[in-house]
Amino acid sequence: MKFTCLSKGGGFHFPPCHMLSVSGFRILLDCPLDLSSLAIFSPVPIALEAHESLETDSVVRKKQKIEKTLDANDLVCAEPWYKTVKSLHLWDASFIDVILISSPTGLLGLPFLTRTKDFSSKIYVTEAAARIGQLMMEDLVSMHMELRQFYGPEDSSFLQWMRWEGLEVLPSELKKIASGTDCEELGAWMPLYSAVDVKDCMRKVQTLKYAEEACYNGTLVIKAFSSGLEIGTCNWTINGPKRNIAYISSSIFVSTHAMDFNFLGLQGNDLIIFSDFSTLDTTENMENDNTYCDPVTSSNASDDLYNLEEIAASLLKDDESMEEMEKLAFICTCAFDSVRAGGSVLVPIDRLGIVLCLLEQMSLLLESSSLKVPIYIISSVAEELLAFTNIIPEWLCKQRQEKLFSGEPLFAHVKLIKERKIHVFPAVHSVELLTNWQEPCVVFCPHWSLRLGPVVHLLRYWCSDPNSLLILESGDDANLALLPFKPMAMKVLQCSFLSGISLQKVQPLLKALQPKLLLFPKDLRCKIQISEANTIIHYSENETLCMPSSKESTEIDIATDLASQFHWKTLKQETVTRLDGELFMDQGKHRLLSGFRQADSKQHRPLLHWGSPDLKRLLTELSKMGITGTLKKNMDSAESKNAAGIIDIDDPEKALIDVRETGTVIITADENLASHIFKAIDIVLDGI
Amino acid sequence: MAIDCLVLGAGQEVGKSCMVVSINGKRIMFDCGMHMGYTDSRRYPDFSLISKTGDFDNALTCVIVTHFHLDHIGALPYFTEVCGYKGPIYMTYPTKALAPLMLEDYRKNMDRRGEDEQFTSDHIAECMKKVIPVDLKQTVQVDKDLQIRAYYAGHVIGAAMFYAKVGDAAMVYTGDYNMTPDRHLGAAQIDRLQLDLLITESTYATTIRDSRYGREREFLKAVHNCVAAGGKVLIPTFALGRAQELCILLEDYWERMNLKVPIYFSAGLTIQANMYYKMLINWTSQKIKETYATHNAFDFKNVRNFDRSLINAPGPCVLFATPGMIVGGFSLEVFMQWAPSENNLVTLPGYCVAGTIGHKLMSGKPTKIDLDKDTQINVRCQIHQLSFSPHTDAKGIMDLVKFLSPKHAILVHGEKPKMATLKERIQSELGIQCYCPANNETVTIPSTHYVKADASGTFIRSCLNPNFKFSTHSSTDKSYLDSNKSKAVSRLSVSDDRATEGILVVEKGKKAKVIHQDEILHMLGEKKHEIQFAYCIPMPMARTEDLSSTSHMLCGFDKSTLISRLSMILSDELSEGNILDLGEELQVESFRVSVCSSDNCPHRLSSSLQNGSESVFFCCNWSVADEKLAWKIISIMKNSTL
Repeated sequence: MKFTCLSKGGGFHFPPCHMLSVSGFRILLDCPLDLSSLAIFSPVPIALEAHESLETDSVVRKKQKIEKTLDANDLVCAEPWYKTVKSLHLWDASFIDVILISSPTGLLGLPFLTRTKDFSSKIYVTEAAARIGQLMMEDLVSMHMELRQFYGPEDSSFLQWMRWEGLEVLPSELKKIASGTDCEELGAWMPLYSAVDVKDCMRKVQTLKYAEEACYNGTLVIKAFSSGLEIGTCNWTINGPKRNIAYISSSIFVSTHAMDFNFLGLQGNDLIIFSDFSTLDTTENMENDNTYCDPVTSSNASDDLYNLEEIAASLLKDDESMEEMEKLAFICTCAFDSVRAGGSVLVPIDRLGIVLCLLEQMSLLLESSSLKVPIYIISSVAEELLAFTNIIPEWLCKQRQEKLFSGEPLFAHVKLIKERKIHVFPAVHSVELLTNWQEPCVVFCPHWSLRLGPVVHLLRYWCSDPNSLLILESGDDANLALLPFKPMAMKVLQCSFLSGISLQKVQPLLKALQPKLLLFPKDLRCKIQISEANTIIHYSENETLCMPSSKESTEIDIATDLASQFHWKTLKQETVTRLDGELFMDQGKHRLLSGFRQADSKQHRPLLHWGSPDLKRLLTELSKMGITGTLKKNMDSAESKNAAGIIDIDDPEKALIDVRETGTVIITADENLASHIFKAIDIVLDGI
Repeated sequence: MAIDCLVLGAGQEVGKSCMVVSINGKRIMFDCGMHMGYTDSRRYPDFSLISKTGDFDNALTCVIVTHFHLDHIGALPYFTEVCGYKGPIYMTYPTKALAPLMLEDYRKNMDRRGEDEQFTSDHIAECMKKVIPVDLKQTVQVDKDLQIRAYYAGHVIGAAMFYAKVGDAAMVYTGDYNMTPDRHLGAAQIDRLQLDLLITESTYATTIRDSRYGREREFLKAVHNCVAAGGKVLIPTFALGRAQELCILLEDYWERMNLKVPIYFSAGLTIQANMYYKMLINWTSQKIKETYATHNAFDFKNVRNFDRSLINAPGPCVLFATPGMIVGGFSLEVFMQWAPSENNLVTLPGYCVAGTIGHKLMSGKPTKIDLDKDTQINVRCQIHQLSFSPHTDAKGIMDLVKFLSPKHAILVHGEKPKMATLKERIQSELGIQCYCPANNETVTIPSTHYVKADASGTFIRSCLNPNFKFSTHSSTDKSYLDSNKSKAVSRLSVSDDRATEGILVVEKGKKAKVIHQDEILHMLGEKKHEIQFAYCIPMPMARTEDLSSTSHMLCGFDKSTLISRLSMILSDELSEGNILDLGEELQVESFRVSVCSSDNCPHRLSSSLQNGSESVFFCCNWSVADEKLAWKIISIMKNSTL
């Protein structure tokens, strides 16, 4: 088995990406897009400035002049390209056998692969992740179209900014995003796929339910188990004939909306690939403060937990989800304060679950007050996405499922839309929006990068209003994200949400799962000390690890009804039999089952003999069958006493048996006689 | 080991489906239904047969319910709350959501009829709390050994067929299913599985149904004609299933024909049911699923709530009223008002139990119906009967059994004589052992087991390469559709002897090992002793002018000409084997033949043909594997001349 981490990703929107090689099959785990790098591009300029800034040459000149601080003019003013996983393009897509997608965000880069020539991988995605991912891609394409309309049809020449001169004039901050530290990431940039590519990609996807068994090529049994991060996100188990693997992506034990992390489903696998990098992002700031690492030793509480139930119970303590709910409540009160002061609230958060929960809480809060503030959702796919979330009880957490059983809608937005408290529009310029528009208001819209979509227009509109509030998910560089909108009078609230397994739960989780071998990110090594007895291998980006297989030989299951029909033969120490039936490969198991062949068509005949026949015994056996013959010693019989000679048979028919050291030839014109002689030789020889 | 199936209900009858299956030490109860035809103890399965002491928790591993119809779930609250079963219960999400509605509706009716209450509202709620919902195809590990999985069955929303596997033994219990899609549900779907046992329903064991299209059109026409003439249409249905299906049909038609006549739903129950259906749209047919975003098919535009005051309001309308079969309640109330007018129409969808008004209307056309001693209803309205059925027909059952090809099949949920006919067909046409046990009987069937052996790399590798052999042979083919006609067909059969190259070696105290035949000699430290057959056969020559003596013959013809002549003869007469002409030699599998010029060839038995005609000797040799073929060739050679 081989494992290569292609990218450790970056936060919720850019999950990690790995390449795995099991039982001779190459498996790609996730295929995301690094959308945070969109920050180097300038959003659509305001109409007035449009003309001057379009002149790329002047922009370049301008950039050369400015030396020091970054400002809006430094951003690349061109139709944006999109950054894929940096080393994925070094692999030949046609050699990938299986692609496993664990979240909607892990799907976003897939059309780049599926549109390549000779692409033939089997893609497994959970049903919900596939649908949500598809909508996200469609939205991305439609938002990009808006920019494209502005920049006009792409000119055939190579992009200005990507040329060497272009890169040279980029400020170092942007250059690092564009090309990486050693310019190795430049090849990862791609122009966006088209709506047709998305459709084509989705056609190639095979959707799965949670815990549905998918059997690839009869060899690998692949199953998805809920990870709790978002609706439809999952962890995988891959069971092959020689190894059982569990892949753990970013997971949340108790979710406020999605089905909880089903870690019990991952039990019984000898190898675990731990790929939850979420703690890396959250603790980065802390690290800056105190430079030396302070590993979380899990001595507190979890050490004295030994049985599985106790561990499970401690993992499922929903203190985290309580904290998340409090966070949401805080956001809602901030938003409420803002609208009460007459300002509007802009929420460009693209985490479906968070948005759905915010919608519920926010409208509850507004309802309880006398304020009549409308909530707008502006996105080309919002209507479909909201409708979709209400027909998937199977993918939601227990509390939401209870709503199904009591006949209530799964999420409150259905009712709120009907009551016209929430309004859904496909775009900022839709007629319904213009006629319904009312301020102050609360607007949910994409895109979190602040470079695409309705958020750009609304942010421009409100950025100078000190009463308005922007609620952002804290990302890599909020400063860069807000750059085009500066100076900003608008208030900004940055919040981070739980997006993975918290540090202190990693240890008990691994204790519950008991892997023999653990693949763990090197970057997290100093944060967590894993004191388990099992072997740990640390991995880092672009380093291929080889692991010997745990089982030596392959096992075959032989159906007992078939085995009972075998013709056994006892040799010196062992009993042997020739196999029969048909060999099947199914669910990673070799199985020998009785075939459909009729038994009479093939009478049992040994096909392989060894040893040397005793000629005297042979003569007696023949005479028992009523065949008489005389033994003629061969002329050159010096080599062996009884192993060579010719038996001359004249009754019932004329025949010869020519016996030599390494073989016997039966010479006869009669079928019956031939088979009798064969039987006689078979008796005196060992054979199978 | 064996699989024991104890039939507690639906054995040679329809009603109280309940089957307890023991496989490899696990005991599963499939369905826990009640019989609608009885009001005494016969209405429930005889649970005492599972455990004399009433300790059901230890007697059963789990209970699985296939769908929400009362004859499949009706006894569940009684079993869990009154009998005290506390173990796990599995059903699909829609079944868990909708079952309480059905049970509650039934409980109310029980109350109304004054029967003694078997379970209460609280019992239903408590019972449903114990239910673990499952999704389709989700593989649920009930415990370490037992694995179950649901497959789409189509019968009603959320209906599922259940697969259960313990160790090496596996089975499927179908519940009720439908192999053809209807207005709102798709057709049953299942994977090809290795099964020891299939337990299938057989409601329509001998019926073959035509398309629903014609019947749908007939129904719509009847309704349209009635409302066009200003009449009122009454459709008595139960709350779930049929009402939604017909409503989709009507909505669609209303849209197309631009009709504005109101469609009413009688009780709040049905509207509430629509709420569930809207959330469970993923469990409906593909067509409905695709349109959920723009318009949820269960968001009926023309449907309104009915109010009692509207019964005698003027103008046409369509009304769905509960309960079905007009057994009482609101549908009876409306029927009494509307039946006397010949403008009105009563449409009866589906089966009506004997004794109900629905049944009376369906059997003949009565003009008067006596409700009780004092009340008599004049029936002048039109009656339309709609025979949609959500059950598969005989062809569907045969298709499923053939597709799954289990080692054994058990028929339940059907009528005894028809089941016997179907059983015969399954046994004769598919060659599958089939049973139709009566209630409280137990059927025992053997189950599959495997022995494990380690395989050598050489054997596994040799198995990766196909090793096909083709042969044609004629056989009598009995097509199962017309079983009385059988015709001889010559067919090409493909055999693959990969497995027979393997050898199983068992040594005391060691794990069994599978090795390739090439490896055994090395393992034993022995040398191969090859046994071959040989025969130098004379073949008569056709007389030709320019050849007069045998001595010159070989000069006249070179060996390759003779070989190619022989090759032609063989290819004319031989139906199998691939003849290779190697110039001086012919090769068919391991059979080799060449022209023999040596007079004292050791393989020669007679010096020439008896009649003294000119002949050529062909020296043949072959190995035992191709014995049959070799003798066939030799007999051809014996009987022909060059």
